[in-house]
Amino acid sequence: MLSSRASCNSHGQDSPYFLGWQVYEKNPFDQAVNPTGIIQMGLAENQLSFDLVESWLRKNPDVMGLNKDGESVFRELALFQDYHGLPALKNELVEYMAKTRGNKVKFDPKNLVLAAGATSANETLIFCLVDPGQAILLPTPYYPGFDRDLKWRTGVEIVPVDCWSSNGFRITMSALADAYRRAQKLNLKVKGVLITNPSNPLGTTMTRDELNHLITFAIAKNIHIISDEVFSGTVFDSPGFISIIEAAMDPNLESPDLWNRIHIVYSLSKDLGLPGFRVGMIYSNNETVVSAATKMSSFGLVSSQTQYVLSNMLANKKFIGKYMKENQKRLKRKKEMLVSGLRKSGIECLKSNAGLFCWVDIRRLLCSDTFEAETKLWKTILWDVGLNISPGGSFHCSEPGWFRVCFANMSHATLQVALRRIKDFVQRWSYGGGIGNKISYQQNMSNLNRKLPSNWVRKLYSSEGDEQDIG
Amino acid sequence: MGLLSRKATCNSHGQDSSYFLGWQEYEKNPYDEVKNPRGIIQMGLAENQLSFDLLESWLAKNPDAAGFKRDGQSIFKELALFQDYHGLPAFKKALVDFMAEIRGNKVTFDPNRIVLTAGATSANETLMFCLAEQGDAFLLPTPYYPGFDRDLKWRTGVEIVPIECSSSNRFQITASALEEAYEQAQRKNLRVKGVLVTNPSNPLGTTMTRDELDLLVNFITDKEIHLISDEIYSGTVFSSPVFVSIVEVLKDRNLENTQVWERVHIVYSLSKDLGLPGFRVGAIYSNDPIVVAAATKMSSFGLVSSQTQYLLSAMLSDKKFTKEYIAKNHKRLRKRQSKLVAGLEKAGIGCLESNAGLFCWVDMRHLLSSDTFEAEMELWKRIVYDVKLNISPGSSCHCSEPGWFRVCFANMSEDTLTLAMQRLKSFVGSTASNDRSHQEMKNSRRKFRTKWVFRLSFQSFHDREQDER
Repeated sequence: MLSSRASCNSHGQDSPYFLGWQVYEKNPFDQAVNPTGIIQMGLAENQLSFDLVESWLRKNPDVMGLNKDGESVFRELALFQDYHGLPALKNELVEYMAKTRGNKVKFDPKNLVLAAGATSANETLIFCLVDPGQAILLPTPYYPGFDRDLKWRTGVEIVPVDCWSSNGFRITMSALADAYRRAQKLNLKVKGVLITNPSNPLGTTMTRDELNHLITFAIAKNIHIISDEVFSGTVFDSPGFISIIEAAMDPNLESPDLWNRIHIVYSLSKDLGLPGFRVGMIYSNNETVVSAATKMSSFGLVSSQTQYVLSNMLANKKFIGKYMKENQKRLKRKKEMLVSGLRKSGIECLKSNAGLFCWVDIRRLLCSDTFEAETKLWKTILWDVGLNISPGGSFHCSEPGWFRVCFANMSHATLQVALRRIKDFVQRWSYGGGIGNKISYQQNMSNLNRKLPSNWVRKLYSSEGDEQDIG
Repeated sequence: MGLLSRKATCNSHGQDSSYFLGWQEYEKNPYDEVKNPRGIIQMGLAENQLSFDLLESWLAKNPDAAGFKRDGQSIFKELALFQDYHGLPAFKKALVDFMAEIRGNKVTFDPNRIVLTAGATSANETLMFCLAEQGDAFLLPTPYYPGFDRDLKWRTGVEIVPIECSSSNRFQITASALEEAYEQAQRKNLRVKGVLVTNPSNPLGTTMTRDELDLLVNFITDKEIHLISDEIYSGTVFSSPVFVSIVEVLKDRNLENTQVWERVHIVYSLSKDLGLPGFRVGAIYSNDPIVVAAATKMSSFGLVSSQTQYLLSAMLSDKKFTKEYIAKNHKRLRKRQSKLVAGLEKAGIGCLESNAGLFCWVDMRHLLSSDTFEAEMELWKRIVYDVKLNISPGSSCHCSEPGWFRVCFANMSEDTLTLAMQRLKSFVGSTASNDRSHQEMKNSRRKFRTKWVFRLSFQSFHDREQDER
C-alpha cells in the first residue's frame, strides 16, 4: 500500500542516539524546576552566542520588519521564490565563507546553491552525484543523521572508512583503499567520499596530510569529494582550519579535473546557532551539479523572509567580525571547562580544536571491550548519572567506549552540575569495582525502579513515537 | 558509468518545456509601465498579487510577529533553535483552523495529522516518496500543472499516466477516462498507486463537481489505491459553485475511519491564497498515521523556517483578520477575473467558465491555422514575441486538444491587464484581416466558434440544463 521507504526502517531513527533524546524529553533538567532531571549533552547546538545575534536584531528593527530604507519590501519578498536565491544573501555568504577560511580561498556566488539546511543540501548533492545502488565512503565515526540523509530516499549505500584511536582517528590511505575494496566485494560502485571537516563527532579539523590522502585517492579512483564543512565557523583553537578547496589548490597535486569533483556543504546552523531558520548550501565548481542542484533546491528553498534578515546581518561586517571572535572565545572556554572537568574524573578526551562537543574516552569504564558493554554504560550514564550523551556505536565507531559529549548547548552552571555528577559516578564505579562486578547492572536498574516512576523505565524499552536527529 | 547521477544529467526535470521558456523570454524583456512599456507582459505566472496591502497592514499593526516577540517578550532564542519536524504547534493549529475556514467550516482538521513542508512542491514530492516506488504510476487528469512532471517524477522515479479530459464536457473527469488511464498504465506494465487531482484545478480554474468527487472515491475504493487532492487553490474560490473538498464528500458518505479514508491525502500551501510563495509554507494532511510519521521525518529535507512559522501562526490566529482577508481576496479575484473574461470577449475569445484560481483557461482554437499542436506552438510564439504576452500553451499542461491557453490575471495591475487585452484585440483583428486566401472558410469557422466561445463564458440555457441534472 505504501512505499517501502515509508514502511521500512532505514530512516535510522531507532538508534540509541535518538532514544536517549526521548528519555531526556520526558525528564529534562532544569536548574530551578527539575534539578535532578537529565542533562542534555547529546545535542550539538551552539547556544553560547545568542545574545550577540539578538542584540544586533534589536538594533535593526527595520530588517525584522522587512523594511529597507524605510520602505516595505514585504511584497517583493513574499513573491520571491527564485531558486537561484536572494543575490544579496549569496554574495554575503560567499564572503562569510571566505572569512571563516582566513580569506585563503574565494568563492563565487554563482556556484552557490541554497537549501533548507545542510540536511537538504547533503541529500540533494547525493541525488546529483550518485545513482541508487551505488556507494559513497564515509570515515567513521560519523554523524548518525547521515544514515538517513544520504541513504533513505536516494537508495545510495554508505561504506565506512574505518578510523582508529591509535592514530587519533585520522584517515589513512590504507583505510581508504580498504573501504574501496570492501565496496567492490559488495558489487557497489563507489562514486565519492564524504568527509565532515571539522569532524562531527571528533571535534578536530583535518590535517593537511589527511586532506592530501583524500585528494590523491579521489584523483586515482576518479571519484567525488564532498566536504561537509558545517562546523567550519566553530574552530576555536589551533591548528587552523584547512578547507578542502585550499588543500586542492596545492600545486603539487595535479588534476585539473578534480575541481569538477569537489563539493562543499555549509550551513548557518552551527556557527550562528540558527538551526530553526533552515539555511544550508552547496558549493560546487561543477556547472552541471550547480544547475541540477539549483533545480532540486525547489524541494527545499529557504524562506525569503529568512534570506532577507540574514543577508542584512551578514552584510554588517563589523558585527560579523566581532561575533566570530567572541563566539570562538566562548566555545573554547566551554570546551576547556568540559575537558578539565572530565580530566579531574580521570576521563580523557580526544584533543580537539573545533565543534560543539568532545569525543570522550570512557573505555576504561567498560566491563568488556564490546559494544554491548558500551550500551550498558550508556544506559547507566543516562539513567544513573542523568546525562544524555551519545554512544560511539551510534556514530559507527569501530571501537567501543567512546562517547560524544556536547558542551555548547548549556550554561556554565549546568555544565558544572554535569561534571559533578560524572565525578560522583566515577568514584562510585571505582569503589564498586566496575559496573559488571559488585554492583550489577540489574541491581542498579532495580534500585532505579524503586526510586523513579515505573512508567519511565518501561518507556526506555519501548521506542514509542519518533525522534529526530540534531547533528 | 557517468561522473554524475542520471538524475543530474537527464531531462526529466521538465524545465525545457514552453512553460518555462516563455518565462525566460519574459525575463529578458519584462514589461514595465514606465521603463519598458513595450515589453512582454507576464501572464504565465499563477501568483496572487491582489491582496498584499491587507497583509502589509496587518504586519504594520503587529510588529511583534515579525520581531520574534510574544506578549512583549523576546522568543528569538526559542525560534532560532526550533527545528522540530513536528512543526510549531501554534502554527499547525492556526493552519488547520484556516483550512477549515476556507471550507466553510464544514469539515475540521486535526493538527496532529498535518505535516509542514517547504512549499507544496516539497509536499507533493514527499507524498510520492511515501506512497510509490520507482516504476509505479499515478494517474493525473489533463490538463495539469507542468511542474508536476518534475515534482512527482524526477527524483522519485514515479511515472505519470494522464486521464484524458476534453472540452466536450468542460474537461470534467469521467468514469471511462479513469478506466482508460488505468488500463493504459497496465499496458505499460506500471502499477498504479493512486490518482492525483488538483482541486480547484490548475489550469482550468474550476472546482470539481460533487459527481466527479464521488466518481473518484468509487474509483479509488474499487482499485484500492490512493487519492491525493492538491487543494492549494482552495482559498481562491471566488464564486459559485462553492468549493467541495474531498474530505467533505467522504464525510457525507460516512466513509470516515474506513480504509479509503486513510488513502486520501490533501496537499495545501499558503502560496496561492495568501500570496506568499516566497515564504515556502506547504503541508500534507493525511489520516494514515504511517504516512504522517514517514512524511514528518522526510520533512527534515524541507522544513519551514521557524521565523516564518511564528509570523504566520500569529497572522492566521487572528480570526478577525482571516475572515476579512478571505472575503476581500475573493472579491478582488472575482472582479479581476471578470475583467479578463470581458477583455477576451471583446477580442472574440472565450474561456472555460471558472470560479476559482488565478487564471482562466482560454479557448484560442479558432485562431489556429490547423487543429494541431504545431499550430498551437506557432500561435504561442506569435503571442509571446509579437503580441508580447507570456501565456502558457495547453500542450505544456498536457492538454489533449490544441488551442487552449492558460492566462493569469492576478499577478498584475488593472491597467496592465487592460493593456494586455488591448494588445490581444489588435492581434486578433490583424490576424483576421491578413488572412485573405482562407477568408471565407475562416469566417464561417470563426462565426461558429465565436458563438460557441461566447456560450462557454456565459451561463447558457444549455449549460443550466446540465447543472440541473
